[in-house]
Amino acid sequence: MRNPLNKKVETIKPSGIRKFFDIVSEMKDAISLGVGEPDFDTPWHVRDEGIYSLEKGRTFYTSNSGLKDLKIEITKYLKRKLDVSYDFNTEVMVTVGGSEGIDAALRAMVDPGDEVLIPRPCYVSYDPCTVLAGGVPVYIDLKEENEFRLTARELEEAITDKTKILILPFPNNPTGAIMERKDLEEIAKVVIEHDLFVITDEIYCELYYKDDYTSIVQIPGMKERTVYINGFSKSYAMTGWRLGYACAPEVILKQMLKIHQFAIMCAPTTSQYAAIEALKNGEDDVKMMRDAYDQRRRFLMESFKNMGLKCFEPYGAFYVFPCIKEFGMTSEEFATRFLEEEKVAVVPGTAFGDCGEGYLRISYAYSIDNLKIAIGRLEKFIEKLRK
Amino acid sequence: MLREEILTTIEKNSRVDVHELAVRLGSEDGVIAEEMSRMEEEGVICGYHTMIDWEKTGMEKVTALIEVRVTLQRGQGFDGIAERIYKYPEVKSVYLISGGYDLLVTIEGRSIKEVSSFVHTKLSTMENVLSTSTHFILKKYKDHGTIMAKKYEDERQMVTP
Repeated sequence: MRNPLNKKVETIKPSGIRKFFDIVSEMKDAISLGVGEPDFDTPWHVRDEGIYSLEKGRTFYTSNSGLKDLKIEITKYLKRKLDVSYDFNTEVMVTVGGSEGIDAALRAMVDPGDEVLIPRPCYVSYDPCTVLAGGVPVYIDLKEENEFRLTARELEEAITDKTKILILPFPNNPTGAIMERKDLEEIAKVVIEHDLFVITDEIYCELYYKDDYTSIVQIPGMKERTVYINGFSKSYAMTGWRLGYACAPEVILKQMLKIHQFAIMCAPTTSQYAAIEALKNGEDDVKMMRDAYDQRRRFLMESFKNMGLKCFEPYGAFYVFPCIKEFGMTSEEFATRFLEEEKVAVVPGTAFGDCGEGYLRISYAYSIDNLKIAIGRLEKFIEKLRK
Repeated sequence: MLREEILTTIEKNSRVDVHELAVRLGSEDGVIAEEMSRMEEEGVICGYHTMIDWEKTGMEKVTALIEVRVTLQRGQGFDGIAERIYKYPEVKSVYLISGGYDLLVTIEGRSIKEVSSFVHTKLSTMENVLSTSTHFILKKYKDHGTIMAKKYEDERQMVTP
């Protein structure tokens, strides 16, 4: 038989998280700090709207780009939050989670050989999606001394004459790093100077623990060269609904929509109706969850300080990224031993790129009570290692 | 602002100690302690209670909601009547209500008989009370914002990207 497989697919490694997942699954009584999704239920009024849409029999396809009412609510939200105007008709597309938007954007923009700059550590999908789109991933290893922000200098150094796209994954999974306005302004300067495009993944934008959230699309000259990705998973605790959206200049969005149309048809209808309710009346829910995450974040930072574990203070998402280099183990060794000896699952930093070596991703999408138990065990484990 | 943050946090769990509260709210132990005692003095914080699902204890406990219609006399408001009612220790709460009746009274006792007897002998016989209507609580699904039956189970996968 001939090889049934596409050569590019074969080169893609399964996600490092998957490997760890298999180990954890076998351990029945382990507690986990390894989850990348909210612990809150979707707010009831949002779920209720989804149920209502089913009762009403709204079970048909929507238009390819999504329900008009939803697209209008999305543009209103972006106007409210960022003071940026998108045309709901030509510049917005509702996707199956933020991840579909990332894939569609890369496939719509990348030609074979084009280089895509991926700051790491980062979410696991940018690299394989780039490869599948025929592009060449070029990594920028972010540094703890910069609080894992991307600097203009790092960007400049990674650019070649083949560079076409920069991915901006902030607020960041797994580090919790953010980019503030001054950081983005410097990045924008370089991007414009080299005529690059940006795919900005702002799925964690509502989980931001400083004032004045800034998106790259707010920086003058950037909206016209940026694909803005967002969604409902993290802000409204709606991961299982699989709903996100992409906003981009018409010239790009039109092509993304073609890919979406033929691969997906449309995002789930029930989820779209629920999402309208989330955008219209969900602001209090978002605030409640953000405040709860922020309390846990402060609690973890204080706990790390008390046990002398080095960790830069992250201001975004729901992750902390402590450094474990002092113990002379790889991240994977540390995480595996911690799991085996104390029965707590955390994710090795290397699951998000080689430069995550020496770090752990700890999620605080868990109740304070859970965090207390897990942190107690971490303290015990660390004391044991230090002896 | 800090007040609101303290209150919304301890409303759900009054056992959080001052230091933990300070850490979680990004404040200082002293600041939190001072604010808390000030709120206690001002009566903003009226008490720290424990939520108990008595049903699970096997101890007999009956709760009834009683709608009370009253008549007001010259120079006398609802406050006076309410006071006469709420001074009884059996009475757990008294609210002045808009609509079809005037006061909503919660009474707790060891048996239906005990509660009924209180209503008949103490409450209905009060001079200003025109009528009462007693509703016994059969099951509490949710109380003080807490769902009684549900035990939280984390159904998420153990590790996800």
